[in-house]
Amino acid sequence: MTGAWPQYLLAALLAAVPPSGDALRGADSFSTIPDRRERSLAVFAEASRVLLHPRCVNCHPPDDRPRQGDRSQVHDPPAVRGPKSEGVPAMHCASCHQDRNLEHARVPGAPRWHLAPLEMAWLGRTPGQICAQIKDPARNGGKTLEQIWEHSAHDELVGWGWTPGHGRTPAPGTQKEFGDLIRAWIDNGAACPPATEATR
Amino acid sequence: MITLRVNGAEHRLDADPEMPLLWALRDLLGLTGTKYACGEALCGACTVHLDGEAVRACVVPLSRAAGKTITTIEGLSPNGDHPLQQAWVELAVPQCGFCQAGQIMSAAALLAANPTPSDEDIDQSMCGNLCRCGTYPRIRAAIRRVADETKR
Repeated sequence: MTGAWPQYLLAALLAAVPPSGDALRGADSFSTIPDRRERSLAVFAEASRVLLHPRCVNCHPPDDRPRQGDRSQVHDPPAVRGPKSEGVPAMHCASCHQDRNLEHARVPGAPRWHLAPLEMAWLGRTPGQICAQIKDPARNGGKTLEQIWEHSAHDELVGWGWTPGHGRTPAPGTQKEFGDLIRAWIDNGAACPPATEATR
Repeated sequence: MITLRVNGAEHRLDADPEMPLLWALRDLLGLTGTKYACGEALCGACTVHLDGEAVRACVVPLSRAAGKTITTIEGLSPNGDHPLQQAWVELAVPQCGFCQAGQIMSAAALLAANPTPSDEDIDQSMCGNLCRCGTYPRIRAAIRRVADETKR
């Protein structure tokens, strides 16, 4: 191969390469998709990389057991959800977890550390299933889409996913980038992929 | 200065707000009934009550405990005669004894919230307290005994 590649070809190739590893594609990069629904779906697919990350799904289990680690093992000690998703007497989440990470003890923490309610389970679900849940006030804590954005972009417990402390893998990108993706998803119609069953 | 109310007495401590409560209890106040073991909230040996709820003192910064009411094993009852302490003696629960202060404090928090727990309730609340001697059957039996007395 001789000579330089045409600039437009290089630009097109770079744009087609998804961000690797822990980066998130910016919301603006989807603006070239002409169809609004297709754009919303593409943005949600990118946001799903956060929604399906262990830092997020570990506290959105479909049962009474919180998970931990990058392989979503059952929490050790075997803590349980309890009536308010905050544990049981002597084993409340706050019995051990503080309002911030404790590096000296490696215990993760953030304000109001608790499990997401059962109806907000994400672990083992597909992006389409999670999308349908997020939009359903009966399964999202009665939130409007605006409140979903606010929660995604600014909630401190959600934000822990990007600052998990002590060697834990953070969720992709930043909370700001994730919030921008949710904003773009909503602004383009909040389209959901088909809610097919998870295969695993 | 940080003010703690421990076992009914108020203490003003000139200590780092990040100091774990366990250090303040043991090293500054001399309350050595609460034990240090893992230091990572994994074993339950350092369990005390913070405003009535069981917490692992090894990971509670003093800033969280400031102004709150703390109960340690020394303050659970005036004369060591809390029903759980009596049951512990009657059933000879401890072997080496190191974990037992934490076990009793967790059990007391459970019974305060749920005086008549099921066996499953007991297991779920006590699962964060480890005992290397394996006294679990006697721990559960002692809690069961106190709960059954409550039912009568």
